[in-house]
Amino acid sequence: MMIDVGRMMLEILPEIGLLILIGVVLVLDLFWRKSRKKLGWVSFAGLLLIFVLTLVFVQPARLPQLTWGGMISLDMTGYIFRMIFIAGAALTVLYAIANDSLAGRGEFYLLLLTSTLGMCFMASAADLIMLFLAIETTTVPLFVLAGFLTRDQKSVESGIKYLLFAAMTSAVMLYGFTWLYGFSGTTQLYQIAERLKYGFVPQAAVVAAMMLVLVGFGFKISAVPFHFWAPDVYDGAPYPVAGFLSTASKAAGFAVLARALFVIFPLQTETWTLIVALLSTASMFVGNLLALAQKNIKRLLAYSSIAQAGYILIGVAADSPLGTSGVIYYLSAYLLTNLAAFGIVALVGRAVGSDEISAYAGLSRRSPALALAMLVVMLSLGGIPPFAGFIGKLLVFAAAIERGLIWLAILGVINTIVALFYYLTVLKVIYLYRSEEEDKPLAVSSAAGTALVICIVGIIALGVVIAPLYGWSTDAAATLLFLPR
Amino acid sequence: MIFLEKNIADPLLNLAPLVILFPLLGLAINLLLGRRLGEKGAGVVASLASGSSFVISLLLTLSLQAHPQAFTLPLFQWISIGSLSVSWDMRVDTLSTTMMLVVSGVGTLIHVYAIGYMYNDVHHQGDVGRYRRFFVFFNLFIAAMMLLVSANNYLVLFVGWEGVGLCSYLLIGFWFEKGKDGIGNARAAQKAFVVNRIGDFGLLIALFMMFWWFGSLEFERVFNAARSLAPAQQGVLLAMTLFMLMGVAGKSAQLPLYVWLPDAMAGPTPVSALIHAATMVTAGVYLIARSQPLFALAPAAQGVICWVGALTALLAATIAVGQMDIKKVLAYSTISQLGFMVAAVGMGAITAGMFHLITHAFFKALLFLAAGSVIMGMEGANTVAHHHAGNPEEEIDPQDMRNMGGLQKRMPLTYGVYLVGALALAGIAPLAGFFSKDEILVSLWDYSLPIFLLLLLTSFLTAFYMGRQVLMVFAGKARSQAAQQASESPKVITIPLLILAVLSLLGGLINLPGVATLEKWLEHTVAMPEAGHFSPAIALSSTLLALLGLALAWVLYGYRSLAKLQQSDPLANYLGVIFHAVQNQWWIDSLYQRVFVIPYRYISHEVLAQWFDQETIDTMAHDLGRWNQWFARVLSYLQNGFVRTYGLVVLLGVVVMLAFLATR
Repeated sequence: MMIDVGRMMLEILPEIGLLILIGVVLVLDLFWRKSRKKLGWVSFAGLLLIFVLTLVFVQPARLPQLTWGGMISLDMTGYIFRMIFIAGAALTVLYAIANDSLAGRGEFYLLLLTSTLGMCFMASAADLIMLFLAIETTTVPLFVLAGFLTRDQKSVESGIKYLLFAAMTSAVMLYGFTWLYGFSGTTQLYQIAERLKYGFVPQAAVVAAMMLVLVGFGFKISAVPFHFWAPDVYDGAPYPVAGFLSTASKAAGFAVLARALFVIFPLQTETWTLIVALLSTASMFVGNLLALAQKNIKRLLAYSSIAQAGYILIGVAADSPLGTSGVIYYLSAYLLTNLAAFGIVALVGRAVGSDEISAYAGLSRRSPALALAMLVVMLSLGGIPPFAGFIGKLLVFAAAIERGLIWLAILGVINTIVALFYYLTVLKVIYLYRSEEEDKPLAVSSAAGTALVICIVGIIALGVVIAPLYGWSTDAAATLLFLPR
Repeated sequence: MIFLEKNIADPLLNLAPLVILFPLLGLAINLLLGRRLGEKGAGVVASLASGSSFVISLLLTLSLQAHPQAFTLPLFQWISIGSLSVSWDMRVDTLSTTMMLVVSGVGTLIHVYAIGYMYNDVHHQGDVGRYRRFFVFFNLFIAAMMLLVSANNYLVLFVGWEGVGLCSYLLIGFWFEKGKDGIGNARAAQKAFVVNRIGDFGLLIALFMMFWWFGSLEFERVFNAARSLAPAQQGVLLAMTLFMLMGVAGKSAQLPLYVWLPDAMAGPTPVSALIHAATMVTAGVYLIARSQPLFALAPAAQGVICWVGALTALLAATIAVGQMDIKKVLAYSTISQLGFMVAAVGMGAITAGMFHLITHAFFKALLFLAAGSVIMGMEGANTVAHHHAGNPEEEIDPQDMRNMGGLQKRMPLTYGVYLVGALALAGIAPLAGFFSKDEILVSLWDYSLPIFLLLLLTSFLTAFYMGRQVLMVFAGKARSQAAQQASESPKVITIPLLILAVLSLLGGLINLPGVATLEKWLEHTVAMPEAGHFSPAIALSSTLLALLGLALAWVLYGYRSLAKLQQSDPLANYLGVIFHAVQNQWWIDSLYQRVFVIPYRYISHEVLAQWFDQETIDTMAHDLGRWNQWFARVLSYLQNGFVRTYGLVVLLGVVVMLAFLATR
C-alpha cells in the first residue's frame, strides 16, 4: 500500500505550522535579546498565516477519514475546532503584547503555541493514547502560563492549584481509559464502541468507565462539580491566560467530550444525556448564583464561564445534530465574547489598579469606546440579540426542546435571567456611576485595540450573519456522528 | 390583451408613485437642509413638493380621461407568508385620482397659507425652530394620505391610514407644552390618538376577517370573494362591515367616537383646515366608498351606517349652536357634515357622498383658513395692545367669538371670503354646498324618510349656527380692544383664501344636476345604483329652511348685536337648560370621562400599577433576588481556596452521580 506522505502532511498542516512557529519563536528568542516584544507580533503573524492556510488547504472531505494510522480523524469537527483554537491563540497573543509583564517573554508565546498545538490534536484525536497525549500537551504548558508571574504569589498559587487539580482529574480519566482498553482491547475510538457492543461487557462497567472519563473532561470544561479550580485560577493567572483558559481550553474540552460521548458510548446515550443534563443544570445554577455574589470582575467572569459551560452542555445533552451545531456556534461566539471581556478587564485593571467591579464606575466617561465594547460583551454573554451569544443560546435551547428536554430549556432560560442581573449590574456601574477620575482618558494600546475590534466585530457579525458559521457547524455535527472510512 | 391590461397604454400612468415621492422628497430636503433654507424656505419647499404632487395628480386624471378603466402599478412584493401575499401596488382609478386631486390641491393651497400663518405663529409662540418641523409633518401627511388613497389593498391602505393618524397626532400636539396647565395640547393629541386606536382596532379586525375568510386583502379579490360568500355567510359580511364602520367612526369622527375632533382644534389652524376638515377625516368616507361592493352585500350594515351618519350630523349641529370658540363651531360643523357624507356613502350614494366630500373640502378649508386669518388679526392686535398697555390682564382669548365683533370693517377681505364659505356651508344656491347637500337629501328621500328628516333639520341648524357665527364675528361693534385694532392679513394668506372662495362658489359645477360629470367619472370605478334625480321640491324646501335659519340668526344676533363682552348668549334666554346642555356638548365628554376614562385610570393605576405590579410582582422579584443572594452565600462556603476541599467535593460528586445511576 502506497502511503502518500505529502497528503498526510497536508492533513496536519496546522499542527506542523504551529510546530514550525514554535521553533521560529524559540530561535528568535535567543537572538533578539533587545527587541523581544516583536516576538509577539511574529507569533501573531504566524498564527494568522496558519489560520489562512488551514482555511484554504485543509478543507476536509465530506465524509470523515482516519489518517496517520488511525490516530487522527479528519473531519469537519476537527477542522472547525482547530480554527477556533488558532483564532483564540492569536487574540490571546495580541492581549499578551499589550501586557507589559508578558510581552517581552519569549517563553510565554512558546508555551501558548505549544498548548494550542495540543488542542488541535485534541480536536481530531481518534485514539485514546493520542487523546491523552494531546490533553497533556495542552494542559502542562497551561500550568506554567497560569503561574507565569513568579513574583506574584497569587499567580504562583493559581499555577499550583491548576496543576494539582489537573493531575487529579487526569489520573481519574486515565484510569477510565484503562478500563475502556481493558474491556475492548483497542485504543481506537471508533473500534471501542463496536467491541463494547459485541463483547458482552456489563452495562454498569461501561457506565462506570464513562463516569471516570467524564471527570477529566468535566475538569477541562469546568463543569460543576469539577469547577472549583476555575475561580481561583482565573483570579490569579495573568489576564490573557485567564481568557485563554476560559475559552480555547474550554472549547477543546467540549470537542473531546462531544466526540468521546458520541463515538465511544452510542449505546449508553440514555444514561449520558441524563448525566450531561444534570451536570448542565448544576453548572448553570452554581455558576450563576455564585456570580451574583461576586464583587471582583475576574471571579465574576470565572463563575459566568462555569454557567456558560452549563448552557453549552444543554446542546451536548440534546444528542442531536442541531444540539452539536449549537455547541459549536455557542463556543465560537463565546470565544470571541469572553476574550473581549478579559481584554477589557485587563486594560481597566492595569489603568485603575483594581479588579473590583466598583472600580468600573465612570468608565463610560473615561473611555466611551471601551464602555461600549463592554456593553456589547455583557449583552452577548447575557444572550441579547443582535449579538452572537443570543444565537448560541437560541440554538442550544431549540435543540433541547426538539429532543423533548423541555425542562432543561426552561431551566436554561431561568438561568439566563439570573445571569442578566449580574451582567447588567456591571453595565450599571459603568454607565450610571460616577468616579473622581473620570476625566482621565484610558489608553488602549494598538495590539489590545486590534484584538478588541476583531472580537466586537465578530460578536456582531455572528449575531447578525448566521448562515455561514451555522452551515459549517451543521456539517461538522453531521460528520461527528458518521463512522470514518 | 395583456399588454393593454398592463396599461403601458399611457406611459403617463407610470408617474403615479411620484404623488407619494414628491412630498417625501420635500420632507427629506427640509429635514436635512431645512436649517440653511432661510426662514420661509422650508415652507416654500414643502409647498412646491405638494404642488408637484398636484401636478402629477392632474396628469394622471388627464390620462384616465382617455382610458378610464382602473389600472394598478405593481411596485414590489411586500409580505409573503404562507398563503398570504401582499404586494405594494398603486391603484389609479377615477375614485383614487379624485381623492388625490382634492388632497394635493387643497393641500397645496393650505401649504401656501401656512407659509404666512406659521411664520406668525412660531414668532408669536416664541419658538422659531419649529417652523421647519411643521412643514416636515405637513409633507409627511400629504405622503401618507396619498398612500392611503392610492393603495390597491387594505393593508397598504392601513399603512397610510395609520400614517395620517400619526401626523394628526403630531400636529395636534404641535405646541405640546402649551394649552391648559401646560399639557392641554398634549392631552388633546393623546385623546385623538387613543380614540383613533379604538377605531383602528375595529378596522384591523375587519382586515383579519378578510384574511381569514377571503385569504387576500386586495380590493378586487376581496370583493369577488365576498360576492361568492355573501349568500352563505351573511353574518360574516355584516360583522366585517360593522368592524370597518368602527374604523370609519374613529377616523371620520362619527358617533360614538367623534369626541377627539373638537379637541383636535388645539393644533395650529392650517392643521385644522387640512387634516381635521378637508382631507384626513374624510378617509373614512373614502374607505366606505372604496369598499362599496362589500357594503352593498350587507344591507343591514348600510342601514346602521346611515343612521350613525344622520345622528352624528344632527347631534354635532346642535352642539355647534352653543359654542363660543370660533374653531370649535367649525369643528362641530365638520363632524356634522361628515355625518352627511357617511350617511350618503353608507346607503350607497357614492357620488353624492364624494361630491359633498369635495365641496366640503373647499368651503370648510376656506372657513378654517379664514378663521385663522381672524385669529391672527386678533392675536396681532392683542399683542400690540398688550405691549402698549403693559397690563397682563388685557390678554384675551383671540378665538372666543364674544371678544370679536365688527371685524367686517377691519378685515374686509376675510369677511368676504368667510361669508362665501358660510353660505356655501349653509347650502344657499348656487354655491357649492347647495348642490352637494341637495344630492344627498334627494338620495335619502328615496332611501329612508326619518333619516331624510333628520338631515333636513340639520340643514336648518347648519344655516343657523353659521349665521350666528358670521354675525358674532363680523357684524356689530368691536367687543374688545383687540377686535378694534385687528388688521387684514398679508397676501400669502389672502390669496389661498380667494382661490378657495372661488372654488366654493363654483364647486357645484363638477356635478350639476342633469350633467352629472362627477357621477359619470366615478361610475368607471364604483358600481352605483340609480342615483336620485334632482327634485325642485326638495331643493326648494332645503333652501327655504336654510334661509329661515339665517333669518333666525339675524333676528337673534344681528338685529340687536351683542353689546357687552360677556353678555350671555341671547339664545340662552329662550332655550334655557337646553342651551346649557348644548353648550356643554350634551355632557357626552364628561359621560365618557366617568364611564371609561376614570375607571380605566383607576384600574391601571391603583389596581395594576400599584397593587399588581409594584406590590405583587416587585415583591416576588425582590424576594427571588434575596433568595438567590442567600443561596450564593451558602454555596460560596465551598469555594474556600483549599484544593483538598475541592478534591473531596469532586469525589463526592462522582459518588453521588454513580449512586444516582445505580438507584435509578
